[in-house]
Amino acid sequence: MPETETKKKAKDEEKANGDANGQGKEGSGEGLERFDREQLHHFMREMLLYRRFEEKAEEAYAIGKIGGFCHLHIGQEAVALGFIGPLRDEDYVITAYRDHTQALAKGLEPGPVMAELFGRDGGVSRGKGGSMHIFGVEQRFMGGHGIVGAQVPLAAGMGWSIKYREEDHVCVCFLGDAAVNQGAFHEAMNMSAVWELPVIYVVENNEYGMGTAIERVSAVPIVERGEGYGVPTHTVNGQDIIETWSFVEDLVQEVRDGAGPQYVEARTYRFKGHSMSDPVSGTYRSKDEVEEKKEKEDPITVLRERLFEAELMSQDELEALDEEVRKVADEAVEFAEDSPFPSDEELYTHVYAELNEHGRLFLDGRDR
Amino acid sequence: MPEITYREALNQALAEEMERDDSVFLLGEEVAEYDGAYKVSKGLLDQFGPQRVVDTPISELGFAGLGVGAAMTGLRPIVEFMTFNFSILALDQVINSAAKMYYMSGGQISLPMVFRGPTGAALQLSAQHSQACETWYVHAPGIKLVTPGTPADAKGLLKASIRDDDPVAFMEGELLYNLKGEVPDPEDGDFVIPLGKAEVKREGADVSIITHGKMVNLAMQVAGKLEKEDVDVEVLDLRTLRPLDVEAILATVRKTNRAVYLEEGWPYVGIGSQIVTTIQEEAFDYLDAPVLRVTQADVPMPYAKNLEKLAKPDADRVVAACNRVLYRD
Repeated sequence: MPETETKKKAKDEEKANGDANGQGKEGSGEGLERFDREQLHHFMREMLLYRRFEEKAEEAYAIGKIGGFCHLHIGQEAVALGFIGPLRDEDYVITAYRDHTQALAKGLEPGPVMAELFGRDGGVSRGKGGSMHIFGVEQRFMGGHGIVGAQVPLAAGMGWSIKYREEDHVCVCFLGDAAVNQGAFHEAMNMSAVWELPVIYVVENNEYGMGTAIERVSAVPIVERGEGYGVPTHTVNGQDIIETWSFVEDLVQEVRDGAGPQYVEARTYRFKGHSMSDPVSGTYRSKDEVEEKKEKEDPITVLRERLFEAELMSQDELEALDEEVRKVADEAVEFAEDSPFPSDEELYTHVYAELNEHGRLFLDGRDR
Repeated sequence: MPEITYREALNQALAEEMERDDSVFLLGEEVAEYDGAYKVSKGLLDQFGPQRVVDTPISELGFAGLGVGAAMTGLRPIVEFMTFNFSILALDQVINSAAKMYYMSGGQISLPMVFRGPTGAALQLSAQHSQACETWYVHAPGIKLVTPGTPADAKGLLKASIRDDDPVAFMEGELLYNLKGEVPDPEDGDFVIPLGKAEVKREGADVSIITHGKMVNLAMQVAGKLEKEDVDVEVLDLRTLRPLDVEAILATVRKTNRAVYLEEGWPYVGIGSQIVTTIQEEAFDYLDAPVLRVTQADVPMPYAKNLEKLAKPDADRVVAACNRVLYRD
């Protein structure tokens, strides 16, 4: 690949937008005028849908319909929508195990996603992956991945494929703030920069890796952890969908045009526990802190206030949207409930792409 | 049939498959400008260009993962590990990503990719650079494991591995690269050996040495020695450890009623453990003696020449094991 102008361009841009401590372009802060009323209502509808969907998942988990680990994204909805909404169908998205809302944002149907959480045959991954492994290849949603940071090199590989085929697609890779401490992250960042791969790495900085505050395990701010590789770094307010969407829309275009990899810190906050088996607050963060964040930084409330103030949405319209998505979430649960469990035969399918000549798997299938 | 080295056979396989299919590319440390640490990829950079023959940083976990991501999106990467010793750094991507992706995505994503490089003991490279890595790879369902012991097998099996739609670990013998053997001329057509097929490398009636990879050559040497003592040894080369050719194992045991498993790896939960289990489960009544294993000693590889010799399987130990199962003194 040629030593490119694009790299230089990205660098120059970084210089123009960045400041001395390396913080790149702040969110553009563009206002509502960028969007029409229909789009703004769409933003609200989507975020409400993610919220209601996950509240349903929470209920189902509480009564044992969903097992294992279930990591909710409640509070972080604007990050999913803001980074996925501006993409084209053919762009790739990959994420870690907090993956339900990203899947919905990339166009997976709520019913089959809920059915996956329920471990049913109608689940997107046939009930074999569960909450942490939502896949939708048709929608180019390349999975929820369960090992912290392991999805980052995979994203680089997707960027590699795009470049190899000379396409103008991009890959958006989500990772948690704690994932920047994994070697896989650093190896992938370096390779992405060396090969100028069209990948946007989004660090969802929700301030805690499970129960460990990020400043306890990182000596420098998260945005600086992406530096040193020649990848432009940015920070965006992930609780404001207007700011996030505007910023991402521009950035995606730059990457399509050859700007190479990007590292974005999306500042956000998780309103629920790390997973359903963890407390919302307690030893590592106070109840007051969570309540204050919920009051001031709920992405749905932030959008609502902006739309109300600009008189672009009425209380009645909001309620109508909420009613509609609550119905969608209810129907997703019904779909999941109605879907059968996978048959016993499914235990042995999808281990290898082909069965061997005896129609068996493993050593020769003698374990069956 | 032309005689070429194991290294040349691998090189031919790579070149032919890259020629045949544009989605195949090779990445790894030193594979391009340096022609490969063991010169397996010699000349490929010139032939296919830097887009398809790619030098990576020393980041085993990272480039193994990059390969997985490329395979998830429809390419057919060949990830070269300079040696499989270094691939232990990459095992998270091999086991947790590559081997499980097809299953946990409910069949949505298959991974047509190859992890290849040398494995096994070399000469005085000590503990970290001289070990057999098969067991790390063969344990997880979802991955295949191929271990060619001859130039012909190296070529035919590598071509099959590149065409396979599952992730394949392809382990070459570090001391085999200069080994010469007959390999069909490329002019005579496509030479592909299907995975999962063992081969009887030598027919015999008295005792079976079952083995894989580099040790095939030691087994043949032992068979030659014992022939002089009127012992007729059958050598069965498994060639692929997953899928395993159970029928071939049972056939040789039913024929000779005595078996020794020979491998370079450690004994504890080694490949031989699985083979012995398979034999006792399915051919117990055919056995005239317990199945024995000859393996590396259960120690990290020592550096000192004399200790290294003691640690590795050698002809004397294989002969002794054969004699024991034959109840010969």
